[in-house]
Amino acid sequence: MTRSVWISLAILVVVALGAPLIGSSHIDLRRALAGASPDHEILFYARLPRVLLALLAGAALSLTGVLFQCLLRDPLAEPYTLGISSGGSVGAVIGICFGLPAIGLLSLAGAGTALLIVLWIAFEGRRLSSFTLLLAGVTMNSISLAIVLFLHNLASFSQSFAISRWLMGGLDAVEYSTLAWLAVAVIPVCALVIARSRQWNLLAVGEEWASSRGLSTTTYTVLGYIAGSFLTGIVTSLTGPIGFVGLIVPHALRLKLGADHRMLMPCSFLLGAAFLALCDTLSRTVIAPTEIPVGVVTALAGGPFFIWLLRSKRRSLWL
Amino acid sequence: MSFHAANLAFSYGLHDATFELPAAGFVTIAGPNGAGKSTLLGILAGLRHPYRGECQYRGVEIRKWRRHEFARKVAFLPQSMKLEFPFTAEQVVFMGRAPYADGWFESREDHEAVARAMATTDTRAFAARDFRSLSGGEKQRVILASALAQEPETLLLDEPTTFLDLKHQLAMYHLLAALAKRMLIVAVTHDLNLALRFSDRVIVMEDGRIAADGPPQDALAPELIDRVFGVHAELRDGWLIYGV
Repeated sequence: MTRSVWISLAILVVVALGAPLIGSSHIDLRRALAGASPDHEILFYARLPRVLLALLAGAALSLTGVLFQCLLRDPLAEPYTLGISSGGSVGAVIGICFGLPAIGLLSLAGAGTALLIVLWIAFEGRRLSSFTLLLAGVTMNSISLAIVLFLHNLASFSQSFAISRWLMGGLDAVEYSTLAWLAVAVIPVCALVIARSRQWNLLAVGEEWASSRGLSTTTYTVLGYIAGSFLTGIVTSLTGPIGFVGLIVPHALRLKLGADHRMLMPCSFLLGAAFLALCDTLSRTVIAPTEIPVGVVTALAGGPFFIWLLRSKRRSLWL
Repeated sequence: MSFHAANLAFSYGLHDATFELPAAGFVTIAGPNGAGKSTLLGILAGLRHPYRGECQYRGVEIRKWRRHEFARKVAFLPQSMKLEFPFTAEQVVFMGRAPYADGWFESREDHEAVARAMATTDTRAFAARDFRSLSGGEKQRVILASALAQEPETLLLDEPTTFLDLKHQLAMYHLLAALAKRMLIVAVTHDLNLALRFSDRVIVMEDGRIAADGPPQDALAPELIDRVFGVHAELRDGWLIYGV
């Protein structure tokens, strides 16, 4: 069973090493490593940081997808469909418009608030309706979009450019220091989540089921939501909303590996990273030298996939 | 003695219940819809709180038990289970080992307990199948195996035969009666004849109170069924016949 994890790791390593070498302009690896201009600058200051950002963001978003699907016992849940990403956008856009510092924290706050509102709408007592949950997510997305458009309308030209770039869900080359703090925030939280895989298995069946097997369900549920909105918020603050990563990767893996979170979570983490780095490579190269925002690539792949999932799940949704 | 309850009450469904249960044996709880059977079972399982009054397991209030220690003593079987994810039958049974699990992987004891539980419930044959693809009877046996993998002293079952056909209902009750020789089985049921035939003791509930509690022949006397269930009943050759 550990074999799947090793295979995922191998795929990740290949993608991580390959992606920086592919791009709109050809670079020579030997010249780049020797420090020759411009190959060196392109590799180390344009491509590598961007690939690293894609890897971290993809890993976090994909793992968060698994976590939310487990906590809500709903295969359609993920940060984007729940409206958490767009909540994060509102926080970030408020920050850009009013020139506030710590856009990351504002995005986190936005993501947390959106999650609380969506859960508050969808829970009927202790029961959760999958149908209401999706509608609440859709509503949250449109309200967030309305707020963002309103603020966008008031913004100056340069702010407006920053906002629209940001909203498209783009990966830009970031400073290595930014990558370092992102890694310090994301990796330990993901490791903690993955370490509790056996407990998530119980919760994926149901709360009574988990509770009668000795799990303190309230603690795990609350901590799971905090971890999930933290990861979404912090990634969204750097990349803008990138949808469907947390849907495509976990679902494809479940078909192959089954539902055991001890395999599903580490593999989703590793292959989520590889998946977003691949999408980003596509976004940089398909109509080069023009770039497509990576959020557009994942949405074009993920949208139809989501519809397919929704149709196959329809019978149980409309019962 | 296992459970001890005195003036036990819950915000809805249960007003006042006082009883003691033995350490082994087969106890069924019967009563009309809304009489408080499932609420009572939920409290015993540590799943409904806060309750009022006393409810102890082995001399310790249920709310004071540490959850995973309680789960090693008392297992609970829900009426049914709807899974969203493709867990195999065997994975579902392994979840019963959670109260003992510390590490990432299952221990040898875990494997042995699961093998025993699956042999007892005759579920080996579909161990690797997706739980969602099993029939109602197979699902119920897998859920029972998962509870037995907890190696509990007490098994609480909420209407374990609801989704089973006649043959599987009987098989389930034969199995429970066999298990009751070495552990306490408490089952909520609507089937008075199964209760009459298999259990050692029946508790009849009515409007959140205990209407009768004793050996099946006494607790399920036709007059009482008449009054509590509002259905005329007669006892013929050891079987209850309704609506005559």
